[in-house]
Amino acid sequence: MASNTNSTNVSKGATGTAGPLLHIRNLQLSATVYPDDAKPHTVTIVDDVSFTLARGQVLGLIGESGAGKSTIGLAAMAYGRGGVHISGGEVLLDGVDISGASRRELRKVRGRQVCYVSQSAAAGFNPAHRLIDQVVESTLLNRTATAKEARARAIALFDTLGLPNPQNIGNRYPHQVSGGQLQRVMTAMALCSEPDLIVFDEPTTALDVTTQIEVLAAIKRAIRKTGVAALYISHDLAVVAQVSDEIMVLKNGKTVEHEDTRSIIETPKETYTQDLVNVRSIEHQEKPPADTPLLKVDGITAIYPGTDVAVLSDVSIELSAGQTLAVVGESGSGKSTLARVITGLLPPAKGSLTFNGQALPPELKQRSREELRELQMIYQMADVAMNPRHTVSTIIGRPLTYYFNIRGRERKQRVAELLDAIEMGEGFADRYPAELSGGQKQRVCIARALAAKPSLIICDEVTSALDPLVADGILKLLLELQSRENVAYLFITHDLATVKAIADSIAVMHRGKRVRYGVKSDVLTPPFDDYTQLLLSSVPQMKAGWLDQAIVERGL
Amino acid sequence: MFSRIPISAIIGLTITSLFLLTAAFAPWLAPYGLAETVGGVWEPMSSQFWLGTDNLGRDLLSRMIYGARTTIFIALLATAISFLVGSILGLTAAVIGGWLDALLSRFVDLLMSIPTLIFALVVLSVLPANLLTLILVMGILDATRVYRLARAVAVDINVMEYVEAARLRGEGRVWIVFREILPNALTPLIAELGLRFIFQVLFLSALSFLGLGIQPPDADWGGMVKENKDGIIFGIPAALIPAAAISILAISVNLVADWILNRTTDLKGGRSGQ
Repeated sequence: MASNTNSTNVSKGATGTAGPLLHIRNLQLSATVYPDDAKPHTVTIVDDVSFTLARGQVLGLIGESGAGKSTIGLAAMAYGRGGVHISGGEVLLDGVDISGASRRELRKVRGRQVCYVSQSAAAGFNPAHRLIDQVVESTLLNRTATAKEARARAIALFDTLGLPNPQNIGNRYPHQVSGGQLQRVMTAMALCSEPDLIVFDEPTTALDVTTQIEVLAAIKRAIRKTGVAALYISHDLAVVAQVSDEIMVLKNGKTVEHEDTRSIIETPKETYTQDLVNVRSIEHQEKPPADTPLLKVDGITAIYPGTDVAVLSDVSIELSAGQTLAVVGESGSGKSTLARVITGLLPPAKGSLTFNGQALPPELKQRSREELRELQMIYQMADVAMNPRHTVSTIIGRPLTYYFNIRGRERKQRVAELLDAIEMGEGFADRYPAELSGGQKQRVCIARALAAKPSLIICDEVTSALDPLVADGILKLLLELQSRENVAYLFITHDLATVKAIADSIAVMHRGKRVRYGVKSDVLTPPFDDYTQLLLSSVPQMKAGWLDQAIVERGL
Repeated sequence: MFSRIPISAIIGLTITSLFLLTAAFAPWLAPYGLAETVGGVWEPMSSQFWLGTDNLGRDLLSRMIYGARTTIFIALLATAISFLVGSILGLTAAVIGGWLDALLSRFVDLLMSIPTLIFALVVLSVLPANLLTLILVMGILDATRVYRLARAVAVDINVMEYVEAARLRGEGRVWIVFREILPNALTPLIAELGLRFIFQVLFLSALSFLGLGIQPPDADWGGMVKENKDGIIFGIPAALIPAAAISILAISVNLVADWILNRTTDLKGGRSGQ
């Protein structure tokens, strides 16, 4: 399989020029926008980006959302999403400029020379067809192999990518395999037509850390074995550093820095790169738990109505006033369900809640206004947590009126103070949520929670949807507010780096059970139980060679 | 804001407002009285009678103008009733759910399973024939459609996290229905408003044509088609004029409704369309 691919590559290399596989020169990408109040005009999304990529090399593209990394990745196959087009520069693939190529010419390039692996494998597969038929589709369309050869190739790739039962897994439908497996099948789909270049667009972003490491290892092994070149796009520098030979840092469509991986990680030159490398370097002094906890969750078992599966079984945690308890676990571990139990949205089947020394009624309806005020919540997706038809001043001001009966000028004054507290300023009072950036939206949600003067805020994955630097700002803000207002956080997250940055105590959840619990230093000190060990060793480290080491250690 | 109105919407807006103005100022615009016999039967169009006269020798233009008033007034009131009843019940059913939702929804299904026109004919022939009954029957029968739409939209909004956030705050149902859900459900409802109004016009015309709507000598367009339909055999176009008015009104309101729907279909919310 591998030798076959190499010989193909060599023969293609002999027919093409001897230069690099992909040479992007002064690339400029633009899109036409149609605003309602102005004439349609063109905006430049990516400007003056140049790089070369040799065969078998992997270039990592990194940057925040809006940096243009996906747009550049797609430009490597001369594709523009949503009206984006190449407005300047050249995209030389194997010595041929494809930036102005016709559709017919591009059809020969896409799926044969360049393939694409998207972030959401679930959305990338047709649910009505078997996996293997979709994997071999472009190979058959390009007529580079017979159906039998293509299938054999696909099965070999399933094996390379470490999928269980490679002979038969292709007969399943997309919904019959897990998310991590689907992402690997999509990689097999891209590799099946033996392309020269694959564009990986955030292939592991939607996966849990424990799954991410498996997919990363599979991708890395497949790249090495087939000798394909790749563009690896991600917002997570630690991930990119594991698979790339070189890294290009992008910001607002411009190149910030382009070096080999080791230089970027160890000696970044530009300030922006340094920020990315040093992200989550927050110093937080761990506090010992107080004698009487603010919130006591005792032996909670929770079952969703109409089912008989316990989503939580016998979970107990304690949280002291003014401290942060991080609840960590992968998706499906029951951490969000725990939040629903505490907020009263899902009354537990067994167990009790104690808040401030008083028993907390299990159902939302039975709780007093004062109990509701003391316990606020911040959500992961700030855009759907705020009513799109309310202004910021309504969103923040409503808890003031509802809990404290503050109205009129006093309320306006208080809203301005809260906006100052979240470092935004009263100029934002008349904005609608759609007019705020992702980080600003989350800040407004924090202000809304803060307006109630609570003693406990439940933070459900509040930084997961944000770019690393923005998330960092939110975490710093939360810590600062904690020291000022003495508010406790129940911080639900799957991200262990966040936990290390802000927690005082940690509860590790796995399949509805609390597998490890205690103050941060204890939880993060060996000896570990099996699951915590797995979780901790799966978090990508910001150093070159971490993945190789982990692969060796785990025998992946 | 008005710089980018498409031509179809301008046409729709112009014709619709002409109809509305005619309806509002009917007594000042009509050259003759409503039931006044001024000439011979089915006289052709002339400088004296711009649209000719009807089957009893009354001026057709004057009756058209008064008819516009009756038709549009009744259709507007019936639409208002159907929206008030339908959207409030629909939103409430979605928010409260449970047995109330099931009961209301099945009752509405029951009403909708009976053909509206036949149902209205039966009800109107039993109840006393006056304007109030007519408007109520029209409004309530149409409220079933509004209920279905409002409930469907509200069920989706009800599970959004901002509604959950309001619940966690402890907000009552009134705030959740009117401040959290209604503003977000308004866009499809407003677009539907135009369509429901047209259906009310058509419904009223059908009822009057069958003799159960507006009673003579009062004029409405459906009734006028009925009064003059026999003239068609003799090649007299008097019945076609109110029929044409009905369709022109329907089309022009539709054009406006289309434009509103396009303009406000903004999933991001906030200042829609700006």
